[in-house]
Amino acid sequence: MEMPAPNASVLSRKDQIVSRLQAVLPANAVISDVAETRAYECDALTAYRCPPLCAVLPANTAEVAAVMKICHDMGVPVVPRGSGTSLAGGALPTADCVILGVAKMNAVIETNYPDRYITVQTGRTNLSVTGAVEEDGFFYAPDPSSQLACAIAGNIAMNSGGAHCLKYGVTTNNLLGVTMVMMDGSVVEIGGAHMDAGGLDLLGIICGSEGQLGIVTEATLRILPKPEGARPVLMGYDSNEVAGQVVTDIIKAGVLPVAIEFMDRPCIEATEAFAKAGYPMCEALLIVEVEGSDAEIDAQLALIMEIAAQHNPVELREAKSADEAARIWLGRKSAFGAMGQINDYMCLDGTIPVSQLPYVLRRIGEMSKEYGLGVGNVFHAGDGNMHPLILFDANKPGDLELCEAFGADILKLCVEVGGCLTGEHGVGIEKRDLMHTQYDPVDLEAQMAIKDVFDPAWLLNAAKVFPLDSSEARRAAGGH
Amino acid sequence: MTPQTEEDLSDLIKDAQGPLSIQGGGTRSYAHVAGDKVDMRAMSGITLYEPGAMTIVAKAGTPLSEINAALAAENQRLAFEPMDHRALLGSTGEPTIGGIVAANISGPRRISVGACRDFLLGVRFVDGAGNIVKNGGRVMKNVTGYDLVKLMSGAYGTLGVLTEVSLKVLPNVAQTGCVMLHGLNDTQAIKAMSAALGSPFEVTGAAHLPQSMQGDPITMIRIEGFDASVKYRADRLRDLLKPFGDTTLQIGETEDGSGTEKGWEWVRDVSAFSDQPGDVWRISVKPSDAADIVAKLVATAVQYDWGGGLIWALTDGGDLRTKLGDFKGHATRIRGAGDAPVFHPEPTPIATISAGLRAKFDPRNILNRGLMA
Repeated sequence: MEMPAPNASVLSRKDQIVSRLQAVLPANAVISDVAETRAYECDALTAYRCPPLCAVLPANTAEVAAVMKICHDMGVPVVPRGSGTSLAGGALPTADCVILGVAKMNAVIETNYPDRYITVQTGRTNLSVTGAVEEDGFFYAPDPSSQLACAIAGNIAMNSGGAHCLKYGVTTNNLLGVTMVMMDGSVVEIGGAHMDAGGLDLLGIICGSEGQLGIVTEATLRILPKPEGARPVLMGYDSNEVAGQVVTDIIKAGVLPVAIEFMDRPCIEATEAFAKAGYPMCEALLIVEVEGSDAEIDAQLALIMEIAAQHNPVELREAKSADEAARIWLGRKSAFGAMGQINDYMCLDGTIPVSQLPYVLRRIGEMSKEYGLGVGNVFHAGDGNMHPLILFDANKPGDLELCEAFGADILKLCVEVGGCLTGEHGVGIEKRDLMHTQYDPVDLEAQMAIKDVFDPAWLLNAAKVFPLDSSEARRAAGGH
Repeated sequence: MTPQTEEDLSDLIKDAQGPLSIQGGGTRSYAHVAGDKVDMRAMSGITLYEPGAMTIVAKAGTPLSEINAALAAENQRLAFEPMDHRALLGSTGEPTIGGIVAANISGPRRISVGACRDFLLGVRFVDGAGNIVKNGGRVMKNVTGYDLVKLMSGAYGTLGVLTEVSLKVLPNVAQTGCVMLHGLNDTQAIKAMSAALGSPFEVTGAAHLPQSMQGDPITMIRIEGFDASVKYRADRLRDLLKPFGDTTLQIGETEDGSGTEKGWEWVRDVSAFSDQPGDVWRISVKPSDAADIVAKLVATAVQYDWGGGLIWALTDGGDLRTKLGDFKGHATRIRGAGDAPVFHPEPTPIATISAGLRAKFDPRNILNRGLMA
């Protein structure tokens, strides 16, 4: 993965830059020691590393604004960082950048139950947003797998999803307002606690802009009352096609489960060896979860089980207790860890129209043989968001490159059948150079025009999202 | 001018010598928008509908009625429940899907499932320089590049002319129930609606009419789903709302056609104001601020939707905003004339960003000039 050469002028001014940052931040909030900056050299896409010029950990909006103004005035690139859990390299530094980490900014500013929102500093982790309101019967709906660690700032940057967004939507559907520091250090308030922000939908464009438009320091998020209960069923089938058909039939029947999760045989085998959840050995396994009161759950599950039974399941198991429900989810939740036991893996997240599931799974199987690399599929089937996990050996020369080529082919296939490169992880550097597959130059120009408005000098996280050849002129004009 | 294809539209925009006024069905015409009329109705038709994937793709000029009919045949619907402006504005014509998306028109169910923009998966549009641009797609989760999809919804055609939209649809519901409270004042009503919306019983509509069709205040709480589910949740809600007074319950349709569906259409279309003279304003605030805002308005009549978060106000003219001063939210004039801007003036930093985006997407300022800013 190519990254632009660092700006020599910035590198040579490191001492000046650091001393100006130290003048506006507490002593422990500027990290410039070469050894210590290594802690920020990568995110969860660990194959790529580069220590930054320095890292700063501001504690509030005013400190962020002061940092941004200095970087803007001195022409220093800034790479924002939430908790560093990005699988796409969204927080990968460049050698000439200041990493702006929001980890210290984790306060709850306001909770309001009558109006159903919470305002937090964006360094707060996803799960601890729910943690702040769950005793009062509320929760924050988007639930990315990394929710224990990932920060709201990163969720907003990547427009993160999760297993339950079939019903509750992704981050953008649950974001009401932001306080954002622009690259020049000015602070803007967009939206608020009311349901629809006025004027152009700037919140919509900021959410998912991968930290390229500004630093969101505070966010007002919609919170929802917790459902009375939830219960999953597990079903096994002896072909991906049949499982795909079951998904379609459930959706068409008018039930809207909160989650429909899918695992294929390689993933089931790995998971069983690792977590021993008692899954049936079959080609395809579905976990379908519904919510409501006990009686409502019974009624919905009866309908779902009826549909499932029509397709000759290998196994059909309804959770009769909380313990059984937990066992059904156990395997799914440990799937990534289980695959990681076998080998290194790369996790993709292309999204496809649900109707294309069987075809795409078959093609991935064929490509797996051609490339000689194993692949397991575990994903959100209800919304077509796939997560193929390609296994490779990081210590074997050439294997990473082979894996990346295989991954690129899978993503091209997703686009070819009417889908997209990434459903919830973001483009980052990982899918940056594949953007041409999905978008024509004119489409990318329209997107880059937005960045021109928010960050004319292209200082913020500039080497991400857009193919380097597309963004080159703009980055060069900004001096980097 | 009636473009037949995207290429037609692109040529037309490139060749334009002056401003263009973009129109779908013309049910919400904006008199202050000058320019040659571009009639989008020839670019019409559903291009793809996959019920099993809950997605529909249609050209911008497609009548809403055509989309509703196609969805109904598969027992699905547009869940964001777009308002029909015709009675309120005294207009004729057929609302088009492009017009609905461009204005992000969303009805009472917005409180639970989201607005039109939340269901919008992809767009194709022609910008003010004549470029044909696509963004998003037809899948439900998509974070590939910037989300211009949301930006185009609610831009009222000022950043580009929509040519095709792709939407997520939802299953129809088997049954609808409405729990009603009677005679509450505005403050009590908003508290009651907040209690209902803060419960786990999946309220999909919460409106308060200080003057109902019968004259007395009525507070309406909607629940939808399978038969047994609606009955169960209605009972639980009635228990929950006891502190606010006696409740009544209506489930499904009545023989005289005054059932739950009609009632919520009446709320959605603000029918209470349609045969009364005066300006109509739409004010977005957080619910617990709503009653105080209304007290300042001196309005002829008001209606609350979205649990109090959306206020519809009927006034006898003038700029309603002058009575409100600085408040957290915004007010838009939906009916009426006068010097006051239709859209709420933006604070300077936001206005600067908006102007920057307009200059990029419509460098000659020809698309619906002056409509939003």
